[in-house]
Amino acid sequence: MSMFRIFDVSGSAVSAQSQRLNVVASNLANADTVAGPDGQAYKARQVVFRTELMGAGGTLGADASAGVRVSTVTEDTTPGRRVHDPKHPGADGDGYVTYSNVNAVEEMVNMISASRSYQNNVEVMNTAKTLLLKTLQMGS
Amino acid sequence: MINRLSDSLDFQAQALVLRSERQRLIASNIANGDTPGYVARDFDFARALRDATSAQTAPGAPVAGTAAMRAHTTLRYATPSQTNLDNNSVDMDRERAAFADNSVKFEATLRFINGGVRTMLDAMKSHNQG
Repeated sequence: MSMFRIFDVSGSAVSAQSQRLNVVASNLANADTVAGPDGQAYKARQVVFRTELMGAGGTLGADASAGVRVSTVTEDTTPGRRVHDPKHPGADGDGYVTYSNVNAVEEMVNMISASRSYQNNVEVMNTAKTLLLKTLQMGS
Repeated sequence: MINRLSDSLDFQAQALVLRSERQRLIASNIANGDTPGYVARDFDFARALRDATSAQTAPGAPVAGTAAMRAHTTLRYATPSQTNLDNNSVDMDRERAAFADNSVKFEATLRFINGGVRTMLDAMKSHNQG
């Protein structure tokens, strides 16, 4: 029964989306981090999704069930926000403090998108489960 | 008599297999809603079912296996309804609608099968069995 593959497909998507939420959480947590002694502040991270074909089965062949996988986590290379604040303990020689380059608005939007996609996939799994349970009762 | 009933069951079974395939395909599309470069896919259900059942309607012909069905079921690629910077052509509204539609029709097919089985069982009962 190829319907069981839905759990693999949606499960991989749910796990990829939760990894995305995790990265968003760490970006938001570090939104106000200042540069350490090495002068490098926290760099925002983003996950990159890619399609992963999930094995054989079914009449449509192997490529019909396409799951998701996080291929890489990239770092945003834009320079961090610099604020003139000579009294700050993290200020450099010119009196500037370098904050992380996290864009909080962008991260919030990313979080909403990830949470919606997560919900979508959970719903897909629930529907598949209901249909499979009804299939099990066939003929009764 | 009995082979009329089993013919109908065969047809419904083919439909059920194709419905589950389509369900899996739409689940893949929904799962890849955020994957860059992914192209949504679907197949023409009516045509696939017609091809799958016509292959085995000849009396005495072997039941169409999965290989025959695979040859008939060609995947189509969705054209994006809105342009997108990451070249992802999944339209989440369309996919969710297709998913709900397919679930209902899957359940309908299940009910047809259950109805056919019940009819067959009723026909087998003797009149004094109630």
